[in-house]
Amino acid sequence: MFWNRKKKQEVSPEEASAEQIDEIREEAETAEVPCPVAEGQSAATEMQDAAEQEKQASNTAEEVAEEEPKQGFFARLAGGMTKTRDKLAGNLSNLFKENEIDEDFYEELEEILVMSDIGIRSTEEILDRLKENVKKEHIKERALCRELLIGSIREQMATSESDFSFEEDKSVILVVGVNGAGKTTTIGKLAYQFKNRGKKVLIAAADTFRAAAGDQLSAWASRAGVEMIGGKDGADPSSVIFDAAHRAQSRNIDILLCDTAGRLQNKKNLMAELHKMGTIAQKEYPGAHVEILLVLDATTGQNALSQAREFNEVTELTGIILTKMDGTAKGGIAIAIQSELGVPVKYIGVGEKIYDLQRFDADSFVRAMFEGEEA
Amino acid sequence: MAFESLTDKLQNVFKSLRSKGRLTEEDVKVALKEVKMALLEADVSFKVVKQFIGAVQERAVGEEVLNGLNPGQMVIKIVNEELVNLMGSEVTEITFQPGKSITVLMMCGLQGAGKTTHAAKLAARFAKKSRKTLLVACDIYRPAAIEQLRINAEKVGADFFSMGDKIGPVDIAKAGIEYAEKNGDTVVIIDTAGRLHIDEDMMAELQEIKQSVTVHQTLLVVDAMTGQDAVNVAQEFNEKIGLDGVILSKMDGDSRGGAALSVKAVTGKPILYVGMGEKMEDLDQFYPDRMASRILGMGDVLSLIEKAQETIDIDEETGKDMASRMRKGKFDFNDYLESMKQMKKMGGLGSILGMLPGLGIKGGDISSMVDDKQLAQTEAIILSMTPDERKNPKLLNPQRKHRIARGCGLDIAQVNRFIKQFEQSQKAMKQMQGMMGGKRGRNLFNGMGGMKFPF
Repeated sequence: MFWNRKKKQEVSPEEASAEQIDEIREEAETAEVPCPVAEGQSAATEMQDAAEQEKQASNTAEEVAEEEPKQGFFARLAGGMTKTRDKLAGNLSNLFKENEIDEDFYEELEEILVMSDIGIRSTEEILDRLKENVKKEHIKERALCRELLIGSIREQMATSESDFSFEEDKSVILVVGVNGAGKTTTIGKLAYQFKNRGKKVLIAAADTFRAAAGDQLSAWASRAGVEMIGGKDGADPSSVIFDAAHRAQSRNIDILLCDTAGRLQNKKNLMAELHKMGTIAQKEYPGAHVEILLVLDATTGQNALSQAREFNEVTELTGIILTKMDGTAKGGIAIAIQSELGVPVKYIGVGEKIYDLQRFDADSFVRAMFEGEEA
Repeated sequence: MAFESLTDKLQNVFKSLRSKGRLTEEDVKVALKEVKMALLEADVSFKVVKQFIGAVQERAVGEEVLNGLNPGQMVIKIVNEELVNLMGSEVTEITFQPGKSITVLMMCGLQGAGKTTHAAKLAARFAKKSRKTLLVACDIYRPAAIEQLRINAEKVGADFFSMGDKIGPVDIAKAGIEYAEKNGDTVVIIDTAGRLHIDEDMMAELQEIKQSVTVHQTLLVVDAMTGQDAVNVAQEFNEKIGLDGVILSKMDGDSRGGAALSVKAVTGKPILYVGMGEKMEDLDQFYPDRMASRILGMGDVLSLIEKAQETIDIDEETGKDMASRMRKGKFDFNDYLESMKQMKKMGGLGSILGMLPGLGIKGGDISSMVDDKQLAQTEAIILSMTPDERKNPKLLNPQRKHRIARGCGLDIAQVNRFIKQFEQSQKAMKQMQGMMGGKRGRNLFNGMGGMKFPF
């Protein structure tokens, strides 16, 4: 929504048609325009291998130009995160100007990491690891140290192809999370993506609690052009999933997306209800892969860790979707979750439009967090 | 639970530093390092934490350590006082326009903060004060947001106004207030769409609403789970729109709610209400002191610091007496009852044990074993005994036990279990006699330090 409205002012002819690919390209281009960070960064960038820089830049440009939402999304993500990054990168490039790696340097790193919501404990772990490696590899320059830090976070957050194999299988996807995280919106976006790739998609509206949740979801379903099964308000959500799973089976549906009501992780009964829903999803569509995705608001602080823990306890999470990444929040808590529970981030939401969802890419994510331009 | 961590850490840190006269710089530094961690873990903004710690440090060094507290507890006491101060020491309420004039409230915040839900909760609250409230649906963007507000309005018996999603929010707001005038509503709550604080166009929309209608109170709804970003959000909304108050949502979760402190610190605007659940009546007054202890992560333990002080003074006699009876192994149900009463006064056994010098480490496990319901049952069992039985536990035979079970409304098995536990603790006390002699038996609380109570 944010993006679209912004665009509306700039490129009004395209507005009505809502040709998203064009729009995305448009945005990708806008994102190419150098932002103020570039100057601040230059000192640091010079230190890096110039050839590689160039290669990277041209690669990025190519990809952006010839295709496809993918880069556009990250450009978009990068754009959305500009403010954040300005600050972060500004801080960082200041940091790396002076070259000595000392306690002050680490303290400033600590501040930056903590302010990204990574959490003080994870921050200390990360810094301890960094210090060790700096020692081991006899690193003397701040810029290299920073690369090392980025590299280690990237490595930790990297997803593998197998994390997404469910997209090609028959799958039941249960989308869970606390209230207001963005589950319903995310389901709409997922449905749209899968549908566009030629999958047979069915949505189960198992949030029978929140007022008008079903209406909200059916609006998304019709936007995405997929079918939805709902229950009456106040109906047993498990029964909705049961029905949907049977329908999915009889129609040979590829991907069954189940919306669930938001629940805070400390509500025992609601969590038990979710456990039941998970069991039913597992049982009633035999042969289907069960994917349980936790939707996490990127603005959430340390409580996200408790969310991930508790939801993992009742349903065994297979992935995380980080929403609202177009704001100034950095979603650093995902890093802490990854290191404690090993649950990877699989998608990110970067806006309110139906196509504002993208596969999580560790490299772009970390670069976008730490750097100005080349994301 | 993260709750025990700070207490435990402090206990460890101060093990060697017990009962000094005044807080030294070193004491304060060590303690505040832990406080800093606790605040950061509670999601208080890094910058706010830094300022706060600085201020406390200045105040704390040289303070006299109160009798009965160790330096760590003393620092916590100061930290807590400052936190409460910062959060606003009074409970606040929305001020209404006098007489029949309409009070206009506008809800704003990020997506998913809980604006629509809290608009309706406010209406429910005002209904109790017999104020007729009109809910105006200005979220024309999110699918079914209008429908959600309509259903909630119906639930709480508030009036509802909408013009669909084809008309701009500014016009809807204007028309809504006109409608309220005709309809005799005295409160109008404008529900707006969730928006990012960096979304210029959307922020401008709120400014426009405020320019074209008189908004008496602009309320920011903030998710209690928000992390470091809370300061950015609150600051932007405050600067661009101008806030009058804050509602903290989703406080029924287990987040520590550091966002409350951050938001208060950067906007200076009072936190008016906290959302405590999904039902329409789940809206509470905001209590700064409760919030302070929640952010520090010490639950009621903080109030205990002060209460413990008073209670120990008052009950010193009883305590001494009981401790000496314990030492002699003459511990009966009356003593048990008495000690339970003392516990209750001070907010539960778990928290007390947590606060005892040198015992804090165990506090965590013990408090998880204790629950208030069980305490109440135990009390009922003892109160169902005759005075003789209370004095002489040996009197209890199956017949009497059955009578007691009937008397307290519990299962005979529960009664048996309690009596067995009691006997065990009696035995344990006799074994402890030697260890408890001398200075350590000074008062009840120290006396209890070494044993496990079967509550």
